[in-house]
Amino acid sequence: MFYLSLFFQYASQYLKTRLTYRADTIIEILSDLLFQAVNLIFIVIVFRHTAFLGGWNRDEIIFIYGFFLVPYAIFSSFFNIWDFNDRYIVKGEMDRILTRPVHSLFQIILERIELESLFGAITGLLVMGYAIMNLDITLAWYDVLIFIVMVIGGAFIYAGIFISIATIGFWSDSRTDIMPMMYNISNYGRYPINIYNKVIQFVLTWILPFAFVGVYPASYFLNREEWYGYAFFTPVMGILFFGIAILLWNAGVKRYRGAGN
Amino acid sequence: MSMYIEMIRVRFLMMLAYRTNYYSGILIYSINIGAYYFLWSAIYGGKEQIQGLSVAQMTTYVAVAWMARAFYYNNIDREIAAEIKDGKVAIEMIRPYNYLGMKTMQALGEGVFRLLFFSVPGMIIVALIFPVRFDASLTTWLFFFISLVFSFIVNTHINLLTGIMTFFLFNNSGLIRAKRVVIDLFSGLLLPISFYPDWAQTLMSYLPFQAISYVPSMIFTGGFVGQEIYKALLSQVFWVVILLIPIRLLWSLAKKHLIIQGG
Repeated sequence: MFYLSLFFQYASQYLKTRLTYRADTIIEILSDLLFQAVNLIFIVIVFRHTAFLGGWNRDEIIFIYGFFLVPYAIFSSFFNIWDFNDRYIVKGEMDRILTRPVHSLFQIILERIELESLFGAITGLLVMGYAIMNLDITLAWYDVLIFIVMVIGGAFIYAGIFISIATIGFWSDSRTDIMPMMYNISNYGRYPINIYNKVIQFVLTWILPFAFVGVYPASYFLNREEWYGYAFFTPVMGILFFGIAILLWNAGVKRYRGAGN
Repeated sequence: MSMYIEMIRVRFLMMLAYRTNYYSGILIYSINIGAYYFLWSAIYGGKEQIQGLSVAQMTTYVAVAWMARAFYYNNIDREIAAEIKDGKVAIEMIRPYNYLGMKTMQALGEGVFRLLFFSVPGMIIVALIFPVRFDASLTTWLFFFISLVFSFIVNTHINLLTGIMTFFLFNNSGLIRAKRVVIDLFSGLLLPISFYPDWAQTLMSYLPFQAISYVPSMIFTGGFVGQEIYKALLSQVFWVVILLIPIRLLWSLAKKHLIIQGG
């Protein structure tokens, strides 16, 4: 309960700060929209020149992209941990975090929320809706529940990977550029996994399981039965990767000695 | 003049001091090129060519487009925005040089650095992994480099414009991001302009963006031949000149409009 009320207080505080620079906030939301539109335009234009991409048609690919947007929006609203090393370790801010009465990871999540990213989820739902209409898919009532589970699983996978990488900061405070690299690798998950070679497929499934944020769970809703095994593994991977991240984080905090002075 | 050359040199040396940051950048670009390589291979499927480009040309296009980006890409819009916000721009303005000229020179220093330490080794790595073709003729290379210079100038012009907008918006990180996304799409980095529907191509021919990436990449891959090369280069020159006008206007307006936030 305490965590929840704290969360809402931080969220309302955040909204106040964003509304100070109103024009900029609106432009930022629009630029997010633009970014999503660019990816959609890419798909639409590519399919002017081909009917299938690795056996998937245009609307299926659009659906996968729409699905991807939802867990990604949740991830980028609540897990802005990509600059953890610079912001918290190097600047010594971690000392302050550790004096706070909540779990250190939760405190950082609170401080770094970016609620406007949630608009991406709406875009995602609209994009999926468009694809579903074209694809003539019928959804059962329980599909909504499965959708929620899949989305949470996907967001947890993202969060797990990025938190795990952030914990490197506890062991080494030298600058690494793994974070931006991860963002680029994560783009691979938006397209059908079968277009990549075997090594990349393996990496995207088991090591950096970004395929579980896009193509695998989406294939459940697209009735692609050959991928069902993977699709239902999404929440398991989410819990697994998030769990590993928490363990790494706690181990890292225990090891943390401050950045000096 | 020697003052400006010194600015290029200083920025170059500054980048050199932090060169380790750039090795990972090469990897990032390779990852991106890889993603598009697989994507395009799947898009081509069995097709010989799409819009006059074969799959080998397309791979080369993607690789060249990204590696050229390393040269023309810079963050001076962000730097200008930061200097306006912390008030440093007021001091810069009373110094005996043109502020925008200085920013351009710094961008050039950065660009030259990245061309030598990023694009060249990056190209070698990419050529080892993916079937990229570098057997372009000497004249093609020459035209490519000329158009690369223009693409740098056009992109820098647009960055200056975006940076100056901070004077009016006060906090314009959103606009900077939007600009980056627009350039990635409309410059032809993600998709060759010839892949777009006709109406979109017509629309884009009135915009400066394709001068940034599409022109040099098409010249290199042999997508442009003969007259087309000269026409493309001329359109780049056109934008180099035309974009000076809004920069001049906004800059003189901004000087009157200057509000230092803090500092």
